[in-house]
Amino acid sequence: MYSKEVMEHFMHPRNVGELADADAVGEVGNPVCGDIMWIYIKVKGDRLADVKFKTLGCAAAIATSSKVTELAKGMTIDEALELSNKQIVESLGGLPPVKVHCSVLAVDGLKEAIYDYLKKNGRPVSEKLVREHERINSEKCETGEHSHNGK
Amino acid sequence: MDNKRIYLDHAATTPVAKEVFEAMLPYFSERYGNASSLHSFGQEAKDALEESRERIAKRMNSGAEEIIFTSGGTESNNLALKGIAARKGKGHIITSKIEHASILAPCRELVNQGFSVTYLDVDEYGLVDPGDVAGALREDTILVSIGHANNEVGTVQDIGEIGKITREKGVLLHTDACQSFTKEELDVKKQCLDLVSINAHKIHGPKGVGALYIREGVKIIPQSQGGEHEKNIRAGTENVAGIVGFAKAAEITGGKQVGYMKGLRDQLIKGVLSGVEGVRLNGHPEKRLCNNANYGFEGIEGEALLLRLDMRGVACSTGSACSSRSLMPSHVLLALGLKPEECHGSLRATLGMENTKEEIDYAIQAIKEEVSNLRGISPFWKRKQ
Repeated sequence: MYSKEVMEHFMHPRNVGELADADAVGEVGNPVCGDIMWIYIKVKGDRLADVKFKTLGCAAAIATSSKVTELAKGMTIDEALELSNKQIVESLGGLPPVKVHCSVLAVDGLKEAIYDYLKKNGRPVSEKLVREHERINSEKCETGEHSHNGK
Repeated sequence: MDNKRIYLDHAATTPVAKEVFEAMLPYFSERYGNASSLHSFGQEAKDALEESRERIAKRMNSGAEEIIFTSGGTESNNLALKGIAARKGKGHIITSKIEHASILAPCRELVNQGFSVTYLDVDEYGLVDPGDVAGALREDTILVSIGHANNEVGTVQDIGEIGKITREKGVLLHTDACQSFTKEELDVKKQCLDLVSINAHKIHGPKGVGALYIREGVKIIPQSQGGEHEKNIRAGTENVAGIVGFAKAAEITGGKQVGYMKGLRDQLIKGVLSGVEGVRLNGHPEKRLCNNANYGFEGIEGEALLLRLDMRGVACSTGSACSSRSLMPSHVLLALGLKPEECHGSLRATLGMENTKEEIDYAIQAIKEEVSNLRGISPFWKRKQ
């Protein structure tokens, strides 16, 4: 059911762990829904010098977390904010439709980390990112009923 | 890693036993007659069919004429529920919240047709209280359907106690015995059963064949028409090779194997519970199938664990939402009172008579290591400590 790339990232995830000196962390998901992702970032200048993750979830959740950290590492903040879940899916050789929400969660985790960083450091937060932050928080499911992507 | 493959998903299906395969073989290209034909080819098939019926009947202390062959457990369950409902026309059905989908889906359909259904709660171990069955009975109750043993957590119901209650009240009792057949005692007379679903592929027989026991005198409306097969209850040319295999499987399973599997099961349960932190056993500690272990691991998700184990050659199953198309956790685990987040970390290992102690040792080690690896990735686990 999963592509070779997904299985590769699932079996050998990149950038696993916590950053002791992280500048910010994005926490997304909810235990009720089954996926929790924490994305840690270390920023130097305008670039993501390091990105790490911890994830509780299925193979797709772990693989997409791994992929998003791999892609984001070394990017500028603006570049990282442009990362789309579609890019994650494509670079993993596709995901089963029912698992696409995992790639959304991975990108959301990164966005939340950047939002957290900008806020903490008194830097300007774009209107778009504020809206994304509000959407992400509104989508945190509260019950066993799944709301992500209508599935 | 070596190429070891260990199959621990016998509640899903089992390998066809060598004796079963051999018993079936002549019925494909040599004795291929249609059991309804009058010539010698047909009579050969008919003889094999009737002999198989007797052998299967013996395993549940029923009369051979009370056994109707079907395509499997799902068809048997559908036939029992819809066939009785159609016969009665209206009324009330009692079942439980942990039944297989092939019971629950027909129940939903019958509700659409105007029947009413009571879904009984189970306790934290998955047991139906026979007193609850008695309490739910109404004037218009036409059928009670309670599975003998649960496919996910392995809990075995006291079906005989329920049978006493329904028989006394004159209400029909159906049980889905697909998971328990030849593993647990099944005696339609002693346990006061009116309808029983069984199938072949859970007991080292072939897929695509099952049976429904219908007690003599119980009237049922056929759900497929177009032939006089199976006493006019189930039209369609009988799957003779499959049925011969089914009868063989019913004969060669059970007995001493039950004790053997219990030993492996206890090894598997104890090995994991004593070697891993943050794990619980789902289902009943004693009243459980001889081959079922079902764990709940904190801080990880079942599909990920299943796939990690599969990469090491160990095949299991999970009730996690992430493994289902609907993204809903197992209705059985929820009915046991588990929170959704607790369902996600479930793993079911169901063993078979061909598994060995060494395989179980390997599986325990693989489970320990992969649980630990996945917890190393999980934020939830660290937070708990």
